[in-house]
Amino acid sequence: MIADLGIKRGSVNNALSFILLVVLSLAFILPLFWMITTSLKPIDQLLLDPPVWIPTPLEFANYPSALQEQPFLQYLGNSLQIGLAAVIGALISNSLVAYGFSRVEWKGRDAVFVLVLSTLMLPYHVVMIPLFVSFSKIGWVNTWLPLIVPAWLGHPFFIFMLRQFMLGIPKELSEATRIDGGSEWVLLTRIILPLCKPALATVALFQFIWSWNDFIGPLIYLNERSLYPMSLGLALYHNSQGITDFSILMAASTMAVVPIILIFFFMQRVFIQGISLTGLKG
Amino acid sequence: MSAANPLHAPATGRGLSPRQKRELRKIGVGLLFISPWVVGFLALNLYPILASFYYSLTRYSPISAPRFIGLFNYEKLLYFDPLFIKALTNTLYFVVFAVPLGNMLALALAVLLNQKVRGLSLFRTIFYLPSILPLVATSIVWTWLLHPQYGAVSVIMEGLGLPVISWFSDPAWAKPALIMMSMWGTGWMMLIYLAALQDVPQELYDVASLDGASLARKFRHVTVPMISPIILFNTIVGLIGAFQYFTEAYVITEGGPGDSTLFYSLYLFNNAFAYFKMGYASAMAWLLFLVILILTFIIFRSSAKRVYYHGN
Repeated sequence: MIADLGIKRGSVNNALSFILLVVLSLAFILPLFWMITTSLKPIDQLLLDPPVWIPTPLEFANYPSALQEQPFLQYLGNSLQIGLAAVIGALISNSLVAYGFSRVEWKGRDAVFVLVLSTLMLPYHVVMIPLFVSFSKIGWVNTWLPLIVPAWLGHPFFIFMLRQFMLGIPKELSEATRIDGGSEWVLLTRIILPLCKPALATVALFQFIWSWNDFIGPLIYLNERSLYPMSLGLALYHNSQGITDFSILMAASTMAVVPIILIFFFMQRVFIQGISLTGLKG
Repeated sequence: MSAANPLHAPATGRGLSPRQKRELRKIGVGLLFISPWVVGFLALNLYPILASFYYSLTRYSPISAPRFIGLFNYEKLLYFDPLFIKALTNTLYFVVFAVPLGNMLALALAVLLNQKVRGLSLFRTIFYLPSILPLVATSIVWTWLLHPQYGAVSVIMEGLGLPVISWFSDPAWAKPALIMMSMWGTGWMMLIYLAALQDVPQELYDVASLDGASLARKFRHVTVPMISPIILFNTIVGLIGAFQYFTEAYVITEGGPGDSTLFYSLYLFNNAFAYFKMGYASAMAWLLFLVILILTFIIFRSSAKRVYYHGN
């Protein structure tokens, strides 16, 4: 009896959950649907009351028009270059640092590690102004260096994640190599890093997305349009004039969003894994 | 002991036992590996923190050297700057609503997804994706989505017989609109909750079922205590993020209408990079830092008894 009831109630709950999830996901999709459908609207269907949800015919010409309005392809290329440079730096620096915090035993290590984590609490605004002053003094304003170099110096979130992962690798593996006379460097590059591939993929992905999405950094440091990444180019285009042609704006926004969506779909598993890797589970 | 082999001991190693030398060598190796972080910490954290504090005690525009004025900036902020108070209250309004609402929505979504429903990975993708999309692009999309006349939301609300709201152009509705948008980006929190929920042992629910506990009671007395550290974590991370809320306000409303979305970090940014009052902006940054530290401390202390750390 009890078992029967349990199953029955369970399935009712399940159906209810399912309906709720469908309604909620429609709400979550709406903004993106609205973006794409607007980006395909011919100008005469943009401001109709009531609006058309799916325009006929689809106006793909909005995309070339957007590319004419602003050098969006150049912005995308800039974003890509900044992102890749930051990713390379993040992979190298965070691997080294995490190794030092997990596979080498030294006095004071864990105390220093607490310091690493505590920097996560620091609001960007506290360091923003002195960093701008320093970077201006060494002539880095209007270059990509302030956006790239910090990624080469490790990030507490990535250090934490990689450290957790490296701690999970049996110690015996290291000891065997050390006995065979292998240096720490050999150990890191030949043994530990190959085992950390999933964690490294997560670092690469998150760093790329952070760089791609970063807005305040480019806003502060870049003046020259030819250096703009997508985020800054798009924002300044949006704010510059009273734009009424939302179909072109939506086409441009779609171009900024689609690379991230594609990356997500191709590497979904790594993404989801990344969240569990942070050791946030329980 | 220390004189085991004095002839071969390097100058710095004099008087050290082989064990101590090994220790020192290991510290050296450790520091070598973490050196990128050490450089980053000194150059990107420690020096800027100290410099920022010093600037906050000065009058400083980029064209002239900082001039020491004591606590003047702080006094001016707290007693003579109505815009600062406005920015602070706007931000508190945002924090008070956006953080709990975002948290609750994330938890609700995670609980729903944790029921082994069909299409789990599709739903998960739909809820998570908005949180990793570029904010500039999604901000522009929301401007259009909430357009009072032609936006999809207005159309739907009209269809449901609800009053039409001007959202971003109405001082009373601009903040709620931004809060709504921030809830749309709560997917990363949901994912963390989902991972936590999957770690709650099934036996606990089974035992509760045998005792005849209702779903609500199970949620209250099993789920919530078991994931309480994660609730705490998400609250604090959400809080720190919400206090620094910037991009959406900069892109969508530029602080308006009528300063209703002039948030703390936007006003700070304007002071630093539009009015070039670097000292004044630094004082703002330090006050923000203090507020975040104090609030985090209070949340930690007041939750200490209610957070349950199990297992490891």
